[in-house]
Amino acid sequence: MNSRRLLAVVVKEVRQLRRDRITLAMIIGIPIMQLILFGYAINLNLRHLPAAIADEAGTSGSRQVVMDMLATGIIEPVVDATSAQQLMAMLRRGEISVGVVIPRDFERRMEQGSEAVQVLVDGSDTVVQSAAAQLAQMPLVHVPGVPRNSSVPLPETPIRVVSFYNPQRVSAINIVPGLIGIILTMTMVMFTAVAIVRERERGNMELLIATPVSSAELMIGKVLPYGLIGLVQTSLILLLGMLLFDVPIRGSVLDVYWAGVLLILANLSMGLLISTRAQSQFQAMQMTFFVFLPSILLSGFMFPFDGMPHIAQWIAEVLPLTHFLRLIRGVMLRGAGLLELWPDVLALVVFIFLMMTFAILRFRKRLD
Amino acid sequence: MSESEPAIRARGLTKKFGDLVAVNDMDLTVARRQVYGFLGPNGSGKSTSIRMLCGLLTPTEGDIEVLGLKIPDEADALRKRIGYMTQHFSLFTDLTVRENLEFLAAIQNLSRRDTTARVDELLEEYHFSDRADQLAETMSGGQKQRLALAGAVIHKPELLFLDEPTSAVDPESRRDFWEKLFELADAGTTLLVSSHYMDEAERCHRLAILDRGVLVADDSPADLTGSLRGRTLEVRTDHPRRAKEILLGVSGVISAAQIGNSLRVLLEKVDDNTARINEAFEREGLSAEAEPTEPSLEDVFVAVTYREEEQS
Repeated sequence: MNSRRLLAVVVKEVRQLRRDRITLAMIIGIPIMQLILFGYAINLNLRHLPAAIADEAGTSGSRQVVMDMLATGIIEPVVDATSAQQLMAMLRRGEISVGVVIPRDFERRMEQGSEAVQVLVDGSDTVVQSAAAQLAQMPLVHVPGVPRNSSVPLPETPIRVVSFYNPQRVSAINIVPGLIGIILTMTMVMFTAVAIVRERERGNMELLIATPVSSAELMIGKVLPYGLIGLVQTSLILLLGMLLFDVPIRGSVLDVYWAGVLLILANLSMGLLISTRAQSQFQAMQMTFFVFLPSILLSGFMFPFDGMPHIAQWIAEVLPLTHFLRLIRGVMLRGAGLLELWPDVLALVVFIFLMMTFAILRFRKRLD
Repeated sequence: MSESEPAIRARGLTKKFGDLVAVNDMDLTVARRQVYGFLGPNGSGKSTSIRMLCGLLTPTEGDIEVLGLKIPDEADALRKRIGYMTQHFSLFTDLTVRENLEFLAAIQNLSRRDTTARVDELLEEYHFSDRADQLAETMSGGQKQRLALAGAVIHKPELLFLDEPTSAVDPESRRDFWEKLFELADAGTTLLVSSHYMDEAERCHRLAILDRGVLVADDSPADLTGSLRGRTLEVRTDHPRRAKEILLGVSGVISAAQIGNSLRVLLEKVDDNTARINEAFEREGLSAEAEPTEPSLEDVFVAVTYREEEQS
């Protein structure tokens, strides 16, 4: 790797980009357009939300409530918990979407007719919130072992839902962090794929491969400017999100950008791999859509991940956007640190490494 | 590697694309400081051969040695020492003249200081001083081709490959362009130029003629035409089309091409054909006369590609 040649490729790319008005317009236009377009909420009923139940009472009555809740099929216990504090930590790490707390004095509360059960909800996903609301509709009519005191009426809402992170259920708050991922996926993959295929179509590549410039210099030099563009887009969406929708950044801003960098690199390397296969710019666009459509549909941006069939979930796990969404929602809305969300960070790093390796191996300095 | 070593030596060079044999068992030797021409129609394997010699395509069979380096194994080392001008304009149309040259200088490993000096020198030498900041896409065919040549020689390569460099250029630009090529050859560069123009081929020090992937002739233009002496006739007549019909009926006539009011006739071998042809004209009552004429490269081209047809 020769820094002079690498820099030359970067400078060349920036100069060309500066003269490419349509691409420049897309860089700014797509984020703004999508931010407005996706400003609508998408709600669905869903089942099997990963949950944990802290039954602090441990009575036959409380166990009955737990059984009733599980019978609804809305939640599915995935980990054990013993206290509300544990549940909150799990919510924060994104291990569960719903936590149920049955307090020690459950029986007494039932007798008094006050709220007896608390459902803690990850409000950074509105769909999860509404699903949890269904839980709250569950009647606690017959609880065995609790002597009915006929003078005290049953509480109207025996289950209280506490939504964390997005209590007002503002959909833009969920949409905006995800939108960073959508826009980076759309533009980064396409720009890099097209940028390299265009050089092949115009015949520039035949000239370049006859010079001492190496594959790695060419590829990295070409994608670096687009990486910077990705960071500009991230900043633009964050800024507009804050100004227009009061979207909070509860975690560290640095973590938001690190997550952004990971997704940018993942998409750029995927774009490079596409460019080594595509014969024309049109083909590159088609292949980009093969990646983009599943990303937008399966990543959890449009429909909640937990509501999808297993096969769709497996596909989603391969897409960088899925992991980015978990990271960015965790950092921006739940205030989690990147280290707490390490499995998704690791997934992205592995993805980048694999894509980059394939791309450089496939890119031959030959015409055949 | 000594200076007397040839710049290019290829033995048994073959390239197949599936069932298509683009280049077939080619032997080639190009001496240094020469302008070596590749003459052939489109699809004769000129570009494929050049690409194999630069290490851009891997030969199906055969050995290549360029500037003492084994190709394609040592293609990376070769890239620093050759220049390659592609058939189609391959510089960046959305960069200016200066930006294109600066970019090429950097990827050819020129230092920053050398780049400035060399780019200025080339701008001057190739008449771009007043167009340095013009976008390449706004230039004429001749200007683009001059820029491409400037770009190909920016690192002063020992060997320059030019693939049909003048196919999209007007005659005057072509003449200027060839002046530049000879300047480069005088300065010690070896040039391999492909073309389908006879007048350009005539200028080369040595010439290879390609026909459907086979090298059918390889000599200096003078020797190539000299070998045909006695086999070319010129027929003057008022009825060239009629005369052509008669000529093609005479045995030993390979071709008869009309040029205005005369016909250029190529014979299979040197013998008493002139008399027989004139007899045929007399028999048919056509006033026409065949006379020997100096062979041209075009005759050579027809003669060597004709033999190929006979064999196949």
